[in-house]
Amino acid sequence: MKGNPYLFAAYAVTWIIHIAYISTIVSRYSRLKREIVELKKAR
Amino acid sequence: MKKAFPILGVLTAMLLSYALYQALVVAPTERTMGDVQRIFYYHVPSAWTAFILFFINFGASVVYLIKRNPAADIVALVSAEVGVVFCTVVLVTGPIWARPVWGIWWTWDMRLTSTLVLWLIYVSYLFLRRFSSSGETPALAAALAVLGALCVPFVYFSIWFFRTQHPQPVMGGGGSIDPRMLHALLINWLAFSCFAFLVCWSRYRLEKLQREVDHAHAMRSLLDPSGSVR
Repeated sequence: MKGNPYLFAAYAVTWIIHIAYISTIVSRYSRLKREIVELKKAR
Repeated sequence: MKKAFPILGVLTAMLLSYALYQALVVAPTERTMGDVQRIFYYHVPSAWTAFILFFINFGASVVYLIKRNPAADIVALVSAEVGVVFCTVVLVTGPIWARPVWGIWWTWDMRLTSTLVLWLIYVSYLFLRRFSSSGETPALAAALAVLGALCVPFVYFSIWFFRTQHPQPVMGGGGSIDPRMLHALLINWLAFSCFAFLVCWSRYRLEKLQREVDHAHAMRSLLDPSGSVR
């Protein structure tokens, strides 16, 4: 298989989209964990 | 269940690596398009996965409309969100494939346009979920999801009903495919389906936790309306 910029771009962009979405899940999860700690402190 | 997640994560990563190897190394090079045709192994499985997620969204929305079950509402939200991610992959990899093969990035033919409309319907569904605070939002969103699901068969069969630039479907399109290409395609679909399942699972847990925290905030406000912490 020879290197093809379009093929590389398509595969790369697929994983960039998936990793970006997973990053949003991870960041939302971290924020929620902080909120839970604050809620427990406030009790 | 919590222990199963990392094991399934490792298995899915291995399956995705094997699928990538199949797509880039094992599958033969297509005669007319050359190596750029290998985009097919990411483009088509992403489309199939998005369609399945939109159908799950449809099923969960119907269950929610009938039973008002909160778990069904979460499944509907999660499947729509992950479905939009996969549909975005389809809409981005398609033009990257089209440019060297057709000489254009985009054409307003029925398959491409209907896929874009489908994506817009589910993006509007997510906007509705995100920005409307009415108690009836899940029911309204479920009704929109039913409309969106009606578009999925139209998108899939549009290349049969209309003359389009887009090629005929791999399955049931009347053409033939090399068995190694078919194997690579199905392995990639399986890998992306497992990956989608794991992402949905994580997102489901996150949404459930979010609702619990929102409920705790609401209870706290009810018990202490001044906002001061005792």
